Amino acid sequence: MTKELISILLTAILTQNFVLAKFLGICPFLGVSKKLNTAVGMSAAVIFVMALATAVTYPINKFLLVKLDLEYLQTIVFILVIAALVQLVEIILKKYMPALYNALGIYLPLITTNCAVLGVVILNVDSGYNFAQSMFNSVGAGLGFMLAMVMFAGVRERLDSCEVPKFMQGLPITLVAASLVSVSFLGFTGIVENIFG
Amino acid sequence: MSSIIIAVVIVAAIGLIAGLGLAIASQVFAVPVDETEVKVRECLPGANCGACGYTGCDGYAGALAKGETKECNLCIPGGNDTAQAIAGILGLAAGEIVPQVAAVMCQGNNMNVEEKLEYSGVKSCKIATQLFGGPKNCVHGCIGFGDCVEVCPYEAIFICDGVARINPDKCRACKMCIKTCPRHLIDLFPLDVAKAAVLCKNHDKGAQTRKQCKAGCIGCMKCVKACPAEAVKVENFCAKVDYDKCIGCGECHAVCPVGAIDIFEIKKHF
Repeated sequence: MTKELISILLTAILTQNFVLAKFLGICPFLGVSKKLNTAVGMSAAVIFVMALATAVTYPINKFLLVKLDLEYLQTIVFILVIAALVQLVEIILKKYMPALYNALGIYLPLITTNCAVLGVVILNVDSGYNFAQSMFNSVGAGLGFMLAMVMFAGVRERLDSCEVPKFMQGLPITLVAASLVSVSFLGFTGIVENIFG
Repeated sequence: MSSIIIAVVIVAAIGLIAGLGLAIASQVFAVPVDETEVKVRECLPGANCGACGYTGCDGYAGALAKGETKECNLCIPGGNDTAQAIAGILGLAAGEIVPQVAAVMCQGNNMNVEEKLEYSGVKSCKIATQLFGGPKNCVHGCIGFGDCVEVCPYEAIFICDGVARINPDKCRACKMCIKTCPRHLIDLFPLDVAKAAVLCKNHDKGAQTRKQCKAGCIGCMKCVKACPAEAVKVENFCAKVDYDKCIGCGECHAVCPVGAIDIFEIKKHF
């Protein structure tokens, strides 16, 4: 059981990395990875929201949608629930934890309807995970997002001090760098299966 | 048909619950907001430049509303109008702001200064100045890579012939460039009055300055002797004008052998 959960966690972080293997959540990946501290703030918010979203959508799916044969409503219901939930959390944080609220700042509302957050809850359902497995998968996905963001922030800070040909400056070279980082993550293929297989 | 109705009802119910929950939460967990602070914040320009000495417009508004400071005239970009508006809200005396603009005190352009090395590193004054004192011969003058251009929130600074210049129409005297310039070449200069300005900050001895820049102050003291108001002093081989004493007569400009001192009358056109 424990072995299986760790296997799910590592798979979500490395081989099935949400940004670099599944290409979900590309817009924050390109948008907020310019500096290391914003990248870390964004990733922390993503981990938080992913775990929270899974914890809430799992019972809704299992006890409401599946019971009533309404699985096709998953996308719309999940978006609704996640958006409302994050708003609620934001209000509560503002009242009781202003420091955390200021640290997460704009990133919390930014990721409410992010495709990576929605993607992880839908994929949990599609993979038939139970609650513990879903939670490990979500946290792993969040950690994978953080790994990709932090690594890529480092790459971009290096890019800033490089002389890039004029036609490649800005987004083009960023996308090239992103694809190279993505390719490098292919190296993890099979590694988790070999460890736990 | 009934399945559609169930689906609609379910989504509507979830939406309603979420909406009601948020509405209640926003009331229950509401954070009290200081109304004076919001009003004061609305008067401030919102550039977050830090010229007032606080972290930004929010910080200054908070300090005023809480009574930590009674000075309404700290916002230089906002000028007298802002000071009066804040004073009106808080019931304090507005105080006066002497209108000023920033000016770059250097004439070390491409005609006056030659380059001593070919610099191909990062285009930043702060970094370039660490490599043998920058690419130009004068180690006190403007490097012209535009650290100030980037930091200016009003886009008032531009580079002309390798030296930064400030458009007085756009400058709001927020001091961001003054804090940024690694050579400390930018000063605030009084607006709408004629004053003498020393366009050099080279503190090397005269002979050395002469080799570095054609328009550098050589500390010859002619301006000090010529000044009828005793407003000019020479410290460390470089002239300095006391703007309070200067009457803008132009005697110093007439005698300066290198043209390092000039009479400025900066006006805003709109």
